[in-house]
Amino acid sequence: MINHIDVSSVLRRTVCDLYSNLVTRPTGAAVRTEIENLLSAGRGPSLTVIDFSHVNLLDYSCADEVVAKLLLRFEGGAPAQDAYFLLRGVREDHLDAIEAALERYRLALVMQADDGALLLVGTVNDDQRRAWQALRELGRGAAEELALALGEELADAQALLVALHERRLVMRFDDTYVPLGATP
Amino acid sequence: MTTVINVPPSLDAETIEQVLDQVAPLPRDQKVLIDARHARWASPYALTTLLTLGQTRAERAAFTGPENDDTASYWARTGFYKHAEQIFDLHGYVPRSRNGSESSVLLEITPVAKSEDVHDVVERIQQKAQAILVHELHLEPQATMRFAMTLSEACQNIVEHAQRGGWVAVQTYTWRQRLGRRVVQIAVCDAGIGFRASLESAHGRRISDRWDDGMALEDAVIRGVTRFRDPGRGQGLAGVRRFVGKWDGKLSIRSGTARIAIVPSWDEDVPLAEDLAPFPGAQIQITIPERIPPR
Repeated sequence: MINHIDVSSVLRRTVCDLYSNLVTRPTGAAVRTEIENLLSAGRGPSLTVIDFSHVNLLDYSCADEVVAKLLLRFEGGAPAQDAYFLLRGVREDHLDAIEAALERYRLALVMQADDGALLLVGTVNDDQRRAWQALRELGRGAAEELALALGEELADAQALLVALHERRLVMRFDDTYVPLGATP
Repeated sequence: MTTVINVPPSLDAETIEQVLDQVAPLPRDQKVLIDARHARWASPYALTTLLTLGQTRAERAAFTGPENDDTASYWARTGFYKHAEQIFDLHGYVPRSRNGSESSVLLEITPVAKSEDVHDVVERIQQKAQAILVHELHLEPQATMRFAMTLSEACQNIVEHAQRGGWVAVQTYTWRQRLGRRVVQIAVCDAGIGFRASLESAHGRRISDRWDDGMALEDAVIRGVTRFRDPGRGQGLAGVRRFVGKWDGKLSIRSGTARIAIVPSWDEDVPLAEDLAPFPGAQIQITIPERIPPR
Protein backbone atom coordinates (compact mmCIF):
# COMPACT_ATOMS: atom_id res chain seq x y z
CA MET A 1 0.00 0.00 0.00
CA ILE A 2 1.25 3.48 -0.81
CA ASN A 3 0.17 6.42 1.35
CA HIS A 4 0.72 10.06 0.57
CA ILE A 5 0.88 12.41 3.51
CA ASP A 6 0.99 16.15 2.97
CA VAL A 7 2.68 17.25 6.20
CA SER A 8 1.34 20.78 5.88
CA SER A 9 -2.24 19.46 5.77
CA VAL A 10 -1.58 17.30 8.82
CA LEU A 11 -0.18 20.34 10.61
CA ARG A 12 -3.25 22.42 9.83
CA ARG A 13 -5.64 19.62 10.72
CA THR A 14 -4.03 18.61 14.00
CA VAL A 15 -2.45 21.73 15.42
CA CYS A 16 -3.80 24.95 13.93
CA ASP A 17 -5.30 25.71 10.53
CA LEU A 18 -3.39 28.98 10.40
CA TYR A 19 0.07 27.48 10.73
CA SER A 20 2.41 26.83 7.81
CA ASN A 21 5.58 26.42 9.85
CA LEU A 22 6.65 23.17 11.44
CA VAL A 23 8.24 24.57 14.57
CA THR A 24 8.39 23.50 18.23
CA ARG A 25 8.43 20.02 19.74
CA PRO A 26 4.76 19.88 20.73
CA THR A 27 3.81 20.67 17.13
CA GLY A 28 6.17 18.01 15.80
CA ALA A 29 4.91 15.43 18.28
CA ALA A 30 1.30 16.15 17.31
CA VAL A 31 2.08 15.80 13.61
CA ARG A 32 4.02 12.57 14.15
CA THR A 33 1.21 11.09 16.25
CA GLU A 34 -1.27 11.86 13.47
CA ILE A 35 1.00 10.20 10.89
CA GLU A 36 1.31 7.14 13.13
CA ASN A 37 -2.48 7.03 13.50
CA LEU A 38 -2.90 7.12 9.73
CA LEU A 39 -0.40 4.29 9.36
CA SER A 40 -1.97 2.14 12.04
CA ALA A 41 -5.16 1.92 9.99
CA GLY A 42 -3.39 -0.11 7.31
CA ARG A 43 -2.26 -3.73 7.25
CA GLY A 44 0.75 -5.29 5.58
CA PRO A 45 3.76 -3.50 4.16
CA SER A 46 3.25 0.17 3.41
CA LEU A 47 5.28 2.86 1.72
CA THR A 48 4.40 6.32 2.97
CA VAL A 49 5.43 9.34 0.97
CA ILE A 50 5.85 12.23 3.39
CA ASP A 51 5.51 15.42 1.42
CA PHE A 52 7.07 18.64 2.75
CA SER A 53 6.25 20.70 -0.39
CA HIS A 54 3.86 23.02 1.42
CA VAL A 55 5.83 23.31 4.63
CA ASN A 56 7.28 26.76 4.98
CA LEU A 57 9.75 26.41 7.84
CA LEU A 58 10.99 23.28 9.58
CA ASP A 59 13.10 23.79 12.67
CA TYR A 60 15.53 21.35 14.28
CA SER A 61 13.29 20.37 17.17
CA CYS A 62 10.34 19.69 14.91
CA ALA A 63 12.47 17.67 12.47
CA ASP A 64 13.55 15.55 15.41
CA GLU A 65 9.95 14.94 16.47
CA VAL A 66 8.42 14.40 13.03
CA VAL A 67 11.14 12.59 11.12
CA ALA A 68 13.68 11.03 13.49
CA LYS A 69 11.23 9.75 16.07
CA LEU A 70 8.96 8.38 13.36
CA LEU A 71 11.83 6.43 11.81
CA LEU A 72 13.01 5.19 15.21
CA ARG A 73 9.66 3.54 15.78
CA PHE A 74 9.79 1.51 12.60
CA GLU A 75 13.45 0.65 12.13
CA GLY A 76 15.17 -2.51 13.37
CA GLY A 77 14.67 -6.22 12.93
CA ALA A 78 11.20 -6.47 14.42
CA PRO A 79 9.34 -3.19 13.90
CA ALA A 80 5.79 -2.66 15.10
CA GLN A 81 4.70 -2.43 11.47
CA ASP A 82 6.31 -3.10 8.09
CA ALA A 83 6.41 0.56 7.18
CA TYR A 84 8.74 2.48 4.87
CA PHE A 85 9.06 6.20 4.34
CA LEU A 86 10.06 8.31 1.37
CA LEU A 87 10.43 12.08 1.76
CA ARG A 88 9.44 14.50 -0.99
CA GLY A 89 9.30 18.26 -1.37
CA VAL A 90 12.28 18.74 0.93
CA ARG A 91 13.99 22.09 0.48
CA GLU A 92 17.61 22.77 1.34
CA ASP A 93 16.76 24.42 4.66
CA HIS A 94 14.40 21.56 5.55
CA LEU A 95 17.25 19.18 4.80
CA ASP A 96 19.55 20.98 7.25
CA ALA A 97 17.13 20.24 10.06
CA ILE A 98 16.36 16.70 8.92
CA GLU A 99 20.01 15.72 8.50
CA ALA A 100 20.87 17.10 11.94
CA ALA A 101 18.11 14.97 13.48
CA LEU A 102 19.12 11.84 11.57
CA GLU A 103 22.77 12.18 12.52
CA ARG A 104 21.86 12.44 16.17
CA TYR A 105 20.48 8.88 16.12
CA ARG A 106 22.63 7.61 13.22
CA LEU A 107 19.47 7.17 11.14
CA ALA A 108 19.05 7.37 7.38
CA LEU A 109 16.21 7.75 4.92
CA VAL A 110 15.49 8.01 1.24
CA MET A 111 14.46 11.31 -0.24
CA GLN A 112 13.14 12.01 -3.72
CA ALA A 113 14.33 15.26 -5.26
CA ASP A 114 12.14 17.43 -7.47
CA ASP A 115 13.69 15.89 -10.59
CA GLY A 116 12.76 12.43 -9.35
CA ALA A 117 16.27 11.43 -8.30
CA LEU A 118 16.46 9.26 -5.20
CA LEU A 119 18.94 10.36 -2.55
CA LEU A 120 20.20 8.63 0.54
CA VAL A 121 20.27 11.05 3.46
CA GLY A 122 21.67 10.65 6.98
CA THR A 123 24.25 8.31 8.44
CA VAL A 124 25.12 5.51 6.04
CA ASN A 125 28.47 3.74 5.83
CA ASP A 126 30.27 3.32 2.52
CA ASP A 127 29.36 -0.36 2.08
CA GLN A 128 25.68 0.27 2.68
CA ARG A 129 25.69 3.27 0.37
CA ARG A 130 27.40 1.23 -2.38
CA ALA A 131 24.91 -1.61 -1.94
CA TRP A 132 21.93 0.74 -2.00
CA GLN A 133 23.28 2.42 -5.13
CA ALA A 134 23.83 -0.94 -6.83
CA LEU A 135 20.33 -2.12 -5.96
CA ARG A 136 18.92 1.13 -7.32
CA GLU A 137 20.68 0.51 -10.60
CA LEU A 138 19.38 -3.05 -10.65
CA GLY A 139 15.88 -1.80 -9.89
CA ARG A 140 15.26 -4.83 -7.69
CA GLY A 141 17.20 -7.91 -6.80
CA ALA A 142 18.12 -10.74 -4.47
CA ALA A 143 21.38 -11.26 -2.64
CA GLU A 144 22.87 -13.27 -5.51
CA GLU A 145 22.36 -10.42 -7.99
CA LEU A 146 23.69 -7.83 -5.59
CA ALA A 147 26.75 -9.97 -4.84
CA LEU A 148 27.43 -10.16 -8.55
CA ALA A 149 26.95 -6.42 -9.05
CA LEU A 150 29.21 -5.56 -6.14
CA GLY A 151 31.76 -8.31 -6.65
CA GLU A 152 31.23 -9.38 -3.05
CA GLU A 153 30.67 -12.71 -1.34
CA LEU A 154 27.04 -13.82 -1.21
CA ALA A 155 27.00 -13.71 2.60
CA ASP A 156 28.30 -10.13 2.59
CA ALA A 157 25.69 -9.03 0.06
CA GLN A 158 22.99 -10.74 2.10
CA ALA A 159 24.17 -8.98 5.27
CA LEU A 160 24.11 -5.63 3.52
CA LEU A 161 20.57 -6.17 2.28
CA VAL A 162 19.40 -7.18 5.73
CA ALA A 163 21.00 -4.05 7.20
CA LEU A 164 19.43 -1.80 4.56
CA HIS A 165 16.07 -3.44 5.13
CA GLU A 166 16.25 -3.06 8.90
CA ARG A 167 17.06 0.59 8.36
CA ARG A 168 13.94 0.84 6.15
CA LEU A 169 16.01 1.93 3.14
CA VAL A 170 14.88 -0.95 0.94
CA MET A 171 11.65 -2.95 0.90
CA ARG A 172 11.66 -6.71 1.06
CA PHE A 173 9.34 -9.04 -0.85
CA ASP A 174 10.32 -12.60 0.09
CA ASP A 175 13.94 -12.87 -1.12
CA THR A 176 13.78 -9.84 -3.35
CA TYR A 177 14.72 -6.35 -2.25
CA VAL A 178 13.45 -3.14 -3.84
CA PRO A 179 14.82 0.36 -3.21
CA LEU A 180 12.23 2.84 -1.99
CA GLY A 181 10.88 4.88 -4.87
CA ALA A 182 11.33 2.07 -7.40
CA THR A 183 8.28 0.16 -8.65
CA PRO A 184 8.09 -3.23 -6.92
CA MET B 1 13.81 53.45 51.05
CA THR B 2 14.25 53.26 47.29
CA THR B 3 17.63 52.43 45.78
CA VAL B 4 18.40 54.21 42.53
CA ILE B 5 19.95 52.04 39.83
CA ASN B 6 21.81 54.11 37.28
CA VAL B 7 21.56 53.05 33.67
CA PRO B 8 24.58 54.02 31.53
CA PRO B 9 24.06 56.13 28.41
CA SER B 10 24.91 53.31 26.02
CA LEU B 11 23.35 50.02 26.96
CA ASP B 12 24.52 46.75 25.45
CA ALA B 13 25.49 43.27 26.65
CA GLU B 14 28.63 44.66 28.26
CA THR B 15 27.25 47.77 29.93
CA ILE B 16 24.02 46.15 31.13
CA GLU B 17 26.32 44.33 33.55
CA GLN B 18 26.77 47.67 35.35
CA VAL B 19 23.03 47.66 36.00
CA LEU B 20 23.02 44.05 37.18
CA ASP B 21 26.03 44.75 39.42
CA GLN B 22 24.03 47.44 41.21
CA VAL B 23 20.94 45.27 41.65
CA ALA B 24 22.63 42.00 42.68
CA PRO B 25 23.46 42.95 46.32
CA LEU B 26 19.90 44.13 47.00
CA PRO B 27 17.19 41.93 48.52
CA ARG B 28 14.44 41.08 46.01
CA ASP B 29 11.90 43.02 48.05
CA GLN B 30 14.03 46.15 48.11
CA LYS B 31 12.32 48.94 46.20
CA VAL B 32 14.47 50.08 43.28
CA LEU B 33 14.20 52.88 40.77
CA ILE B 34 15.85 52.10 37.47
CA ASP B 35 16.99 55.43 36.21
CA ALA B 36 17.47 55.41 32.44
CA ARG B 37 17.03 59.15 31.97
CA HIS B 38 20.47 59.54 30.48
CA ALA B 39 20.28 56.53 28.20
CA ARG B 40 20.83 57.40 24.55
CA TRP B 41 21.03 53.97 23.01
CA ALA B 42 20.16 50.39 23.88
CA SER B 43 20.56 47.08 22.08
CA PRO B 44 17.61 44.67 21.92
CA TYR B 45 19.49 42.46 24.37
CA ALA B 46 19.71 45.32 26.85
CA LEU B 47 16.04 46.27 26.47
CA THR B 48 14.82 42.72 27.00
CA THR B 49 17.21 42.30 29.93
CA LEU B 50 15.78 45.44 31.54
CA LEU B 51 12.28 43.96 31.29
CA THR B 52 13.59 40.68 32.67
CA LEU B 53 15.19 42.56 35.53
CA GLY B 54 11.80 44.03 36.33
CA GLN B 55 10.32 40.53 36.43
CA THR B 56 12.84 39.46 39.06
CA ARG B 57 11.80 42.04 41.63
CA ALA B 58 9.44 40.99 44.40
CA GLU B 59 8.72 44.65 45.11
CA ARG B 60 7.53 46.28 41.89
CA ALA B 61 10.37 48.42 40.59
CA ALA B 62 10.06 51.99 39.43
CA PHE B 63 11.45 53.00 36.05
CA THR B 64 12.34 56.33 34.52
CA GLY B 65 12.92 56.23 30.79
CA PRO B 66 15.22 58.24 28.54
CA GLU B 67 14.75 62.01 28.55
CA ASN B 68 15.98 62.27 25.00
CA ASP B 69 12.95 62.35 22.70
CA ASP B 70 14.50 60.31 19.91
CA THR B 71 15.70 57.62 22.29
CA ALA B 72 12.40 57.44 24.13
CA SER B 73 10.52 57.33 20.87
CA TYR B 74 12.74 54.53 19.58
CA TRP B 75 12.27 52.51 22.76
CA ALA B 76 8.53 52.95 22.31
CA ARG B 77 8.73 51.69 18.75
CA THR B 78 10.56 48.58 19.91
CA GLY B 79 7.56 47.81 22.13
CA PHE B 80 9.54 48.38 25.31
CA TYR B 81 7.07 50.70 27.02
CA LYS B 82 4.09 48.53 26.17
CA HIS B 83 5.56 45.78 28.33
CA ALA B 84 7.37 48.04 30.79
CA GLU B 85 4.07 49.49 32.00
CA GLN B 86 3.01 45.97 33.01
CA ILE B 87 6.19 45.42 35.02
CA PHE B 88 7.34 48.78 36.35
CA ASP B 89 5.84 51.85 37.94
CA LEU B 90 6.71 54.27 35.16
CA HIS B 91 7.85 57.78 36.02
CA GLY B 92 8.79 60.77 33.93
CA TYR B 93 8.25 61.00 30.19
CA VAL B 94 6.43 58.01 28.73
CA PRO B 95 6.13 58.24 24.94
CA ARG B 96 3.11 56.87 23.17
CA SER B 97 3.74 53.58 21.39
CA ARG B 98 3.73 53.66 17.62
CA ASN B 99 4.25 50.06 16.78
CA GLY B 100 5.24 48.87 13.37
CA SER B 101 6.69 52.14 12.12
CA GLU B 102 10.36 51.35 12.75
CA SER B 103 12.10 49.66 9.84
CA SER B 104 15.04 48.47 11.95
CA VAL B 105 12.72 46.52 14.24
CA LEU B 106 12.21 43.11 12.67
CA LEU B 107 10.33 41.91 15.68
CA GLU B 108 9.27 44.22 18.44
CA ILE B 109 9.74 43.00 21.98
CA THR B 110 7.36 40.06 22.28
CA PRO B 111 6.50 37.88 25.26
CA VAL B 112 7.18 34.17 24.90
CA ALA B 113 5.73 31.67 27.33
CA LYS B 114 4.31 28.79 25.34
CA SER B 115 4.67 26.90 22.09
CA GLU B 116 1.98 28.97 20.34
CA ASP B 117 4.01 32.11 21.01
CA VAL B 118 6.94 30.60 19.09
CA HIS B 119 4.65 29.97 16.11
CA ASP B 120 3.49 33.56 16.30
CA VAL B 121 7.04 34.90 16.45
CA VAL B 122 8.15 32.79 13.48
CA GLU B 123 5.13 33.81 11.40
CA ARG B 124 5.73 37.49 12.11
CA ILE B 125 9.48 37.54 11.55
CA GLN B 126 9.23 36.07 8.07
CA GLN B 127 7.26 39.03 6.81
CA LYS B 128 10.25 41.34 7.25
CA ALA B 129 13.25 39.03 7.43
CA GLN B 130 13.70 38.48 3.70
CA ALA B 131 13.72 42.17 2.88
CA ILE B 132 16.10 43.18 5.62
CA LEU B 133 18.50 40.24 5.73
CA VAL B 134 18.95 39.94 1.99
CA HIS B 135 18.54 43.48 0.72
CA GLU B 136 20.00 45.45 3.60
CA LEU B 137 22.47 43.09 5.27
CA HIS B 138 23.40 41.35 2.01
CA LEU B 139 23.01 37.86 3.42
CA GLU B 140 22.24 35.14 0.92
CA PRO B 141 18.54 34.34 0.50
CA GLN B 142 19.11 30.92 2.07
CA ALA B 143 19.98 32.68 5.32
CA THR B 144 16.41 33.85 5.82
CA MET B 145 14.92 30.47 6.65
CA ARG B 146 17.90 29.50 8.81
CA PHE B 147 17.52 32.79 10.64
CA ALA B 148 13.88 31.99 11.41
CA MET B 149 14.89 28.45 12.49
CA THR B 150 17.47 29.95 14.84
CA LEU B 151 14.94 32.35 16.26
CA SER B 152 12.50 29.50 16.79
CA GLU B 153 15.03 27.39 18.66
CA ALA B 154 16.18 30.28 20.83
CA CYS B 155 12.58 31.03 21.82
CA GLN B 156 11.91 27.37 22.56
CA ASN B 157 14.66 27.52 25.14
CA ILE B 158 12.26 29.62 27.21
CA VAL B 159 9.30 27.31 26.67
CA GLU B 160 11.27 24.14 27.39
CA HIS B 161 13.52 25.22 30.22
CA ALA B 162 12.69 28.54 31.85
CA GLN B 163 9.47 27.51 33.61
CA ARG B 164 8.25 31.09 33.22
CA GLY B 165 7.76 33.49 30.34
CA GLY B 166 10.41 35.64 28.76
CA TRP B 167 10.96 38.10 25.94
CA VAL B 168 12.27 38.06 22.41
CA ALA B 169 13.25 40.96 20.16
CA VAL B 170 14.95 41.22 16.78
CA GLN B 171 16.45 44.44 15.49
CA THR B 172 19.08 45.67 13.13
CA TYR B 173 21.51 48.43 14.00
CA THR B 174 24.94 49.70 13.11
CA TRP B 175 27.56 48.39 15.50
CA ARG B 176 30.09 51.17 15.17
CA GLN B 177 32.18 50.36 18.22
CA ARG B 178 33.47 46.93 17.25
CA LEU B 179 32.45 46.30 13.73
CA GLY B 180 31.55 49.46 11.86
CA ARG B 181 28.86 47.46 10.09
CA ARG B 182 25.19 46.80 10.44
CA VAL B 183 24.13 43.74 12.35
CA VAL B 184 20.91 41.93 13.06
CA GLN B 185 20.49 40.88 16.65
CA ILE B 186 18.18 38.35 18.24
CA ALA B 187 17.73 38.77 21.98
CA VAL B 188 15.90 36.15 24.01
CA CYS B 189 15.76 36.72 27.77
CA ASP B 190 13.97 35.10 30.64
CA ALA B 191 14.08 35.19 34.41
CA GLY B 192 13.46 31.46 34.78
CA ILE B 193 15.45 28.72 36.43
CA GLY B 194 18.54 29.08 34.25
CA PHE B 195 20.82 26.43 32.73
CA ARG B 196 22.37 25.15 35.95
CA ALA B 197 19.06 24.42 37.70
CA SER B 198 17.64 22.98 34.48
CA LEU B 199 20.49 20.50 34.17
CA GLU B 200 20.40 19.73 37.89
CA SER B 201 16.79 18.65 37.50
CA ALA B 202 17.90 15.81 35.23
CA HIS B 203 17.11 12.51 36.86
CA GLY B 204 20.22 10.80 38.23
CA ARG B 205 22.58 13.57 37.21
CA ARG B 206 25.83 13.58 39.15
CA ILE B 207 26.92 16.98 40.29
CA SER B 208 30.70 17.31 40.53
CA ASP B 209 32.56 19.52 42.96
CA ARG B 210 33.32 21.96 40.16
CA TRP B 211 29.70 22.28 39.16
CA ASP B 212 28.69 25.91 38.61
CA ASP B 213 26.94 28.17 36.10
CA GLY B 214 29.96 28.20 33.79
CA MET B 215 30.13 24.42 33.65
CA ALA B 216 26.38 24.19 33.10
CA LEU B 217 26.67 26.56 30.13
CA GLU B 218 29.60 24.59 28.71
CA ASP B 219 27.64 21.36 29.05
CA ALA B 220 24.55 22.77 27.38
CA VAL B 221 26.06 24.95 24.67
CA ILE B 222 29.26 23.11 23.79
CA ARG B 223 28.39 19.50 24.61
CA GLY B 224 24.66 19.58 23.91
CA VAL B 225 23.67 18.22 27.33
CA THR B 226 20.05 18.69 28.41
CA ARG B 227 17.95 17.63 31.38
CA PHE B 228 16.01 15.23 29.17
CA ARG B 229 16.95 11.59 28.67
CA ASP B 230 15.80 11.85 25.06
CA PRO B 231 18.96 11.85 22.90
CA GLY B 232 17.17 14.06 20.37
CA ARG B 233 17.20 16.97 22.79
CA GLY B 234 19.85 19.63 22.57
CA GLN B 235 19.55 19.98 18.81
CA GLY B 236 18.17 23.49 19.05
CA LEU B 237 21.26 25.10 20.51
CA ALA B 238 23.45 22.97 18.24
CA GLY B 239 21.51 24.37 15.28
CA VAL B 240 21.92 27.90 16.58
CA ARG B 241 25.68 27.33 16.82
CA ARG B 242 25.81 26.05 13.25
CA PHE B 243 23.91 29.09 11.96
CA VAL B 244 26.12 31.49 13.86
CA GLY B 245 29.26 29.75 12.59
CA LYS B 246 28.05 29.76 8.99
CA TRP B 247 27.30 33.49 8.97
CA ASP B 248 30.29 34.62 11.05
CA GLY B 249 28.00 35.63 13.89
CA LYS B 250 28.30 35.75 17.62
CA LEU B 251 26.33 33.73 20.14
CA SER B 252 26.45 34.59 23.81
CA ILE B 253 24.39 33.09 26.59
CA ARG B 254 24.34 34.43 30.11
CA SER B 255 22.92 32.38 32.94
CA GLY B 256 23.37 32.84 36.66
CA THR B 257 26.86 34.18 37.20
CA ALA B 258 28.43 33.17 33.88
CA ARG B 259 28.30 33.99 30.21
CA ILE B 260 29.52 31.74 27.43
CA ALA B 261 30.22 33.02 23.94
CA ILE B 262 31.02 31.70 20.52
CA VAL B 263 33.26 34.56 19.52
CA PRO B 264 33.91 35.47 15.87
CA SER B 265 37.13 37.08 14.70
CA TRP B 266 35.56 40.55 14.64
CA ASP B 267 34.76 40.51 18.36
CA GLU B 268 37.00 40.55 21.43
CA ASP B 269 34.72 38.95 23.97
CA VAL B 270 36.01 36.11 26.15
CA PRO B 271 34.68 32.58 25.54
CA LEU B 272 33.60 32.23 29.16
CA ALA B 273 33.05 35.03 31.65
CA GLU B 274 32.51 33.94 35.24
CA ASP B 275 31.81 35.61 38.58
CA LEU B 276 29.32 38.00 37.05
CA ALA B 277 26.56 39.47 39.17
CA PRO B 278 24.02 36.72 39.85
CA PHE B 279 20.93 37.08 37.68
CA PRO B 280 18.13 34.55 37.23
CA GLY B 281 17.24 32.74 34.02
CA ALA B 282 19.01 32.78 30.68
CA GLN B 283 19.77 35.66 28.37
CA ILE B 284 20.66 34.78 24.80
CA GLN B 285 22.13 37.13 22.25
CA ILE B 286 22.71 36.20 18.61
CA THR B 287 24.40 38.77 16.41
CA ILE B 288 24.84 38.34 12.67
CA PRO B 289 26.89 40.97 10.84
CA GLU B 290 26.19 42.54 7.49
CA ARG B 291 28.05 40.87 4.65
CA ILE B 292 30.29 43.12 2.66
CA PRO B 293 29.55 42.30 -0.99
CA PRO B 294 32.73 41.40 -2.94
CA ARG B 295 33.98 44.24 -5.15
